[in-house]
Amino acid sequence: MSSTPSRARNCLVTGLGPIAAVVAALFVGGLLIAITGSDPWEAYRALFDRAFNGRRAIGETGIYAAPLILGGLAFSVAFRAGMFNVGVEGQLMIGGFAAGLVAALDLGLPAFVHIPLGLLAALVAGGIYGFIPGFLRATRGAHEVITTIMLNYLCFRLLNYLIQKSSGWLPVATQSNGTERAQPEARLPIVFDGTRLHFGFVIAIIAAIVLWYVFARTTLGYKIRTVGLSSGAAAYGGISWKKTIIIAMLLSGAVAGLAGAGEAMGLHGRMYGTPTGYGFTAIAVGLVGRNHPIAIIFSGLLFGALSAGAPGMQSAGVSKEIVSVLQGLIILAVAAFEVAGRIPGIRKFVAPPPSAVGPDRSSDDDSDPDTNTTRPSVAI
Amino acid sequence: MSSVPAPATQSAMAIQMHGIVKRFPGVIANDGIDLDVRRGEIHALLGENGAGKSTLMNVLFGIYAPDEGEILVNEQPVHFSGARQAVEAGLGMVHQHFMLIPRFTVAENVILGSEGKNIVLDRTAASAHVGEIAKAFGLDVEPDAMIGDLPIGLQQRVEILRALYQKCSVLILDEPTALLTPQEVDELYKILHRFRDDGGTIIFITHKLREVAAISDRVTVIRRGKTVGTRVTSETTSADLAELMVGREVLLRVDRPEATPGEPILSLRDVTCVGAHGQTSLDVASLQVRRGEIVGVCGVEGNGQSELVEVLSGLRPALTGTCHLGDTDVTNLGPNDRRSRGLSYIPEDRHGRGLVLDFPLWENTLLGNTERQPFVKRFIINGRRVREITRNLMQRFDVRAPGADVHARNLSGGNQQKLIIARELFRNPDVLLAIQPTRGLDVGAIEFVHRQLVEARDSGKGVLLISFDLDELTDLSDRIVVMFQGRIIAEFMSGAFTRTELGLAMGGRVADEQHAIAS
Repeated sequence: MSSTPSRARNCLVTGLGPIAAVVAALFVGGLLIAITGSDPWEAYRALFDRAFNGRRAIGETGIYAAPLILGGLAFSVAFRAGMFNVGVEGQLMIGGFAAGLVAALDLGLPAFVHIPLGLLAALVAGGIYGFIPGFLRATRGAHEVITTIMLNYLCFRLLNYLIQKSSGWLPVATQSNGTERAQPEARLPIVFDGTRLHFGFVIAIIAAIVLWYVFARTTLGYKIRTVGLSSGAAAYGGISWKKTIIIAMLLSGAVAGLAGAGEAMGLHGRMYGTPTGYGFTAIAVGLVGRNHPIAIIFSGLLFGALSAGAPGMQSAGVSKEIVSVLQGLIILAVAAFEVAGRIPGIRKFVAPPPSAVGPDRSSDDDSDPDTNTTRPSVAI
Repeated sequence: MSSVPAPATQSAMAIQMHGIVKRFPGVIANDGIDLDVRRGEIHALLGENGAGKSTLMNVLFGIYAPDEGEILVNEQPVHFSGARQAVEAGLGMVHQHFMLIPRFTVAENVILGSEGKNIVLDRTAASAHVGEIAKAFGLDVEPDAMIGDLPIGLQQRVEILRALYQKCSVLILDEPTALLTPQEVDELYKILHRFRDDGGTIIFITHKLREVAAISDRVTVIRRGKTVGTRVTSETTSADLAELMVGREVLLRVDRPEATPGEPILSLRDVTCVGAHGQTSLDVASLQVRRGEIVGVCGVEGNGQSELVEVLSGLRPALTGTCHLGDTDVTNLGPNDRRSRGLSYIPEDRHGRGLVLDFPLWENTLLGNTERQPFVKRFIINGRRVREITRNLMQRFDVRAPGADVHARNLSGGNQQKLIIARELFRNPDVLLAIQPTRGLDVGAIEFVHRQLVEARDSGKGVLLISFDLDELTDLSDRIVVMFQGRIIAEFMSGAFTRTELGLAMGGRVADEQHAIAS
């Protein structure tokens, strides 16, 4: 009957919140810039120029956006299952390291074999690194926030160790603090001439579309979403919570690994041992994108543009740290809008009104203590 | 339950609400409601879920400002701009969901909001004062007990106590029995009668006809935001009230032809299991349901009913014993494998189990059907087909919603339950487990659910009904078994028992040999 209009409206309404939040954050950021004595207009224009004005600028935005989109997707896959994966950074680096190693090997293979091999290595390594906290949560009840943070540190130290000590048997370049340079056949091609934008960006877009399909159309996506929203209903529906969160974490880690592969085989041509930081910004990307794969493309581009444009701001006389402040403001604003949506008086302005068929029933009677209480608000 | 006849009919009015209109965006919650409550009476406010009862009371209590209409308290016009003014005018409200702080003591909760202007709080005095009031009104609560440690029934008393502490003369209770056990309800009634007999006035919001008869002196019925009538309770019947409330004639008794049971379709033999906290919850329990009969499971809550359902549905493993669907041993099968072998299950907890509230209706239709054609083919969901099935079911089962893409959260309880029943009957199961299927529903929806259960029975399915509502059980069941401490201890055939016998059996005593089941 009225399915299409109501779906379109839902889509619009869920999209409006984050957009309004971003506008609000930019406004407050502008005030801050004004307080520091600079012209907000100038600063924003410089930021915009550096991020979008010209082929090269757009390419730079894409370079930053690629790992952020993949990281945001990784975070959202886990989040949809009710898991808060703070370990995207570690999974990204492990995946990137594995890809870097495979890419550096002189296998004498053509590109169309060597590149997928490197990507596969990243998927597997990241997947395993995501599987561990999922498995620990499902079988031992160890909370994933704790274990993923610990695994991040473990990953940093492990990579450092491998880079420093294993030059004999692994293709690592100790003096460069990374893996050895990738073979030319294993380098991800440049997408647009005259830019540094590599194929990793295309991979990110493909991943987003694939994940959108998985969540909207497959039983796996359905199971992950059910488990995330109501573990009681999942059990009733014959969906195993344990199995599902393990799979979700594995998938999350694998996607994070892909982000690392883009760095290792695309941008740098080798994986460095220093933390990228993408894995943490990715959490914001996922949340601002409301954990919707397609929306994450846009929030990834937004955060990518902020990062790419930061030097522009600096040349306009504004500290480039203001960009970190902006990112923080966006996260706060999104969170604020999210919370506001739950206050009945405000809800009607930021969320769809209760339909006329009955009173709005809010309920929190999900009895399973295992359920993460953070309720993602998502739309398919 | 005899209520003392209403006090002198000419007594002054405590509350008068005239032509109250309250609009919300897209909805008129109150559309010209009139309500007159006399001083010293218990006045029931009856209406279906969503009829506008709670809105009206929030208007009275100053939480919402009415768009039109006037309010008089003790025959004086009032314009409350907040709950505090309502409290000062002598109104007290006990909300459906209690407004108590679990980490505070009873006394601390009671004085909250009226703790006085002194900087130092005299806890001892406060506690003593609260204790006095509790005693004076027969509310048996320990002032120094921590709220979080108290059962629901006592927490509610603390709410009442708070109203009394604030010297309220008109007490408003919003669906006060929803969370109480039958014993707690009786206690509540006593407290309310005592308050009334001391000159207090009570507005009792409910959608249950039985409560109106049990507690009220007069009753005002509202339907879709309008007052449809006010009656003296003793001069009306439940059928009249139901008709007023729903707007059409309602069958309060289930029309149930004689059962013709066939072969056994669900058998549980000597099953033992442990509950969530490791306690033995089923203790060598045995049970059989045949095709074409409704078997009711009766017992005081917490005697193993929940575990029984979980074992039957495959959510909880049996430590010993077997479970059969027809001839198939399903003891070690999970929920979906049992579904594909003919089991359907209407769970007790609509919101926590039966539905994912934040899913659209069509995705809720998919719950439990993720391995079944035509819903799913090779891990790909056939969204168009599932939507089509959902719309079909909505039509057949009268689920009122604008479409299959509406979220389950936005449906009333009755419509949510209809959707669950529709989904569970869609598979055309052999066995239907129904746990408290009418809890929290209004009269119209209850009638519908009951009819569905009887129809399922008549089409040759075996129905197992677990309920804590004795009337529902005796009305619907062809056979009633009694659960006590994890065992099935007695069995009664429809019509061949008295309520006393049933009550005794629920307490573990089976007087008559012919009803007893040896274990």
